[in-house]
Amino acid sequence: MTEREKILGRIREALSVAAPRPGGAHAESTPAAASVMAQSSTPRSWLPKVGEGYAERLELFRQQSSDLKTELRVVASTGGFRDELRRLRESDGWKKIGAHAGTLVKGAIADLGLPVCWTDSGYKVEELENCDAGITECDALVAQTGSVLITSRSAGGRALSVLPPHHVVLARRSQLLADLPEAFALIRQRYGTDYPSFISFVTGPSRTGDIERILVLGAHGPRKLTILLSEE
Amino acid sequence: MNTSARQFKEQATLLTQDLRHRQLIQTAIGKYEVVRDRVRSRYQDWNAARQAAAEIKWEAVNHLDEHLTRFATQLEARGAKVHWASTGAQAREIITNLLREKQARSIIKSKAMTSEEIHLNAALEQAGFEVVESDLGEFIVQLRKEPPYHIVFPAMHLTRHQISELFTRELGSAPTADPEELTLIARRVLRQKYVRADVGFTGANFAIAETGMISITENEGNARLTAALPQVMVTLLGIEKILPRLEDLALFLPMLATVGAGQGLTCYNSFYGGPRRPGEPDGPEEYHVVLLDNRRTELLADAEQRDSLHCIRCGGCLNVCPIYRNVGGHSYGTTYSGPVGSVITPHLRGLLEWKHLSYASSLCGACTDICPVKIDLHHHLLQNRRNASASKPSRLERLAFKVFAYVINRPGCYALVKKVGRMAQRLHPLVKGSRLDPAYAWTKTRDLPPIAKQTFKEYWSSRK
Ligand code: SF4
Repeated sequence: MTEREKILGRIREALSVAAPRPGGAHAESTPAAASVMAQSSTPRSWLPKVGEGYAERLELFRQQSSDLKTELRVVASTGGFRDELRRLRESDGWKKIGAHAGTLVKGAIADLGLPVCWTDSGYKVEELENCDAGITECDALVAQTGSVLITSRSAGGRALSVLPPHHVVLARRSQLLADLPEAFALIRQRYGTDYPSFISFVTGPSRTGDIERILVLGAHGPRKLTILLSEE
Repeated sequence: MNTSARQFKEQATLLTQDLRHRQLIQTAIGKYEVVRDRVRSRYQDWNAARQAAAEIKWEAVNHLDEHLTRFATQLEARGAKVHWASTGAQAREIITNLLREKQARSIIKSKAMTSEEIHLNAALEQAGFEVVESDLGEFIVQLRKEPPYHIVFPAMHLTRHQISELFTRELGSAPTADPEELTLIARRVLRQKYVRADVGFTGANFAIAETGMISITENEGNARLTAALPQVMVTLLGIEKILPRLEDLALFLPMLATVGAGQGLTCYNSFYGGPRRPGEPDGPEEYHVVLLDNRRTELLADAEQRDSLHCIRCGGCLNVCPIYRNVGGHSYGTTYSGPVGSVITPHLRGLLEWKHLSYASSLCGACTDICPVKIDLHHHLLQNRRNASASKPSRLERLAFKVFAYVINRPGCYALVKKVGRMAQRLHPLVKGSRLDPAYAWTKTRDLPPIAKQTFKEYWSSRK
């Protein structure tokens, strides 16, 4: 018998005795408890509320970004990405950037005049590590949590968005979703038949509170997260 | 008293008297409480969310065989290799053999409590591998050669000065009291390790049965680097980490972040479903997942306490526990400390050796109230006490109860005992708190309330 069969055998034997359902004996406090799952199959009605419509979502996303120390810049059209990147190049003294061959990215960095480490068909880790910023697209933005949804397919692999000290995300208005349930629905709809090997919700720049619970940005991942959102 | 119990008592006694330690922990947890409550108040219905989370976990754990099989099949279909380990020793062997086969030399690790549970680092180091913890807190406690203090905040018990001294001694860095600089020092040292590491090792917060993915929650980005750079990736997880559907994470990720660290969502929540796919630029060539039982099936067999396998290791119950906050994480001498550790350790490592932890509780129920998956923690502590005394009754206790029953059943006798007691307590101040005091165990750290001058019965009959 393999270990797999042994473990599964022990599990089946253990489960031959039924366990009480949650919210039985000690759940007097929530009378509606037992039917919670029956009423609705998504957590939308319990999680923090998100307003209707784009304006309210954007406002919430702005608020979340500022709490998280994410830099959010809203530009009128995708053309505005170029000006923003030039501004960052100047203010942060970029010498080299990492990028992937997404339509938005290619357009935005075309005239930036910096050497580019393209990750699409493999790259040297040392080279990417020496980039001042990684510029990627994303699958969605989530207003409820201030998150960016990326995958290895939408954001140039696993490392481009985490190895350089600054992650810049390019997004369009239509990508701003209300909440997490909506984001998970999108993942399923977009990738359900063939999931990428890496999917991630990025919520603010890398951080740690491991020393006296004092917030420090840029623990291992990027110290800065900039989101450029085109209203087009 | 057995060794574990004695050690617990000694450590706990030392630490409750250590005011500096208590101050440090109160400050750290105080900060956490403020943000946790702020974030939690944004939920439209926190209790309904908890109930739903409990039901989802119930479904997962009570059909664990089906979900695990599905998880493994899905993962393997995408080119990962799934290993099954009944014991910690087997898991260590699987991982060591794998590393040898890959001719690996250095391993970069992101935080995994399961690896602490099976003492993986010691085994790997003994086998000659270089093992580096990359989570800042874990890196610090690894340098100090001690186990993590808390399942979420491993270095909560240290001041920045202690960490600075440690870095100066072990890494040769210049002393600094700035947490940011300390973080930078660790970042620089660890970046070098990342670039050189042959194997990346991670734990997992959840395993999604339906899609065959593991989910890792972290703030620093070290787990993401661990999963991105080395050519081989290994994940070790307990079999109870299962969730049925991908969408379940829409609920579990924010709840874990809220109770775990007072965040709306943790910085990185990443799902990994196999090695690098065709067309992807990076990620490991090989992905191995090791599923660990290590007596979890015994916990599963206890239907009454099965829900303790719902635990998502958020650390919430540790943070609210008045005992944990005073005796600290190391006193427990276990991988999993605090209320949940006191509940599950007797199952994982032997009831009689670890039953004393079930008494390290005021039974206030704060743990049960905070738990995002509604584990009935404080009742489980009572059940552990019951089970322990049923399997090995204490003679002294039985005698005491016999005497008590005798007295309480005889009103005349009871009245006499009260009278004697009232008289005897006049002499009590002479010995109070000293070894001669018959109530020494109680009075050495507490007051003994005086017996009333008059009983209610006496008062009643003396009226008018
Ligand atoms: S028992 Fe509940 S509160 Fe404690 S760590 Fe587990 S999930 Fe969190």
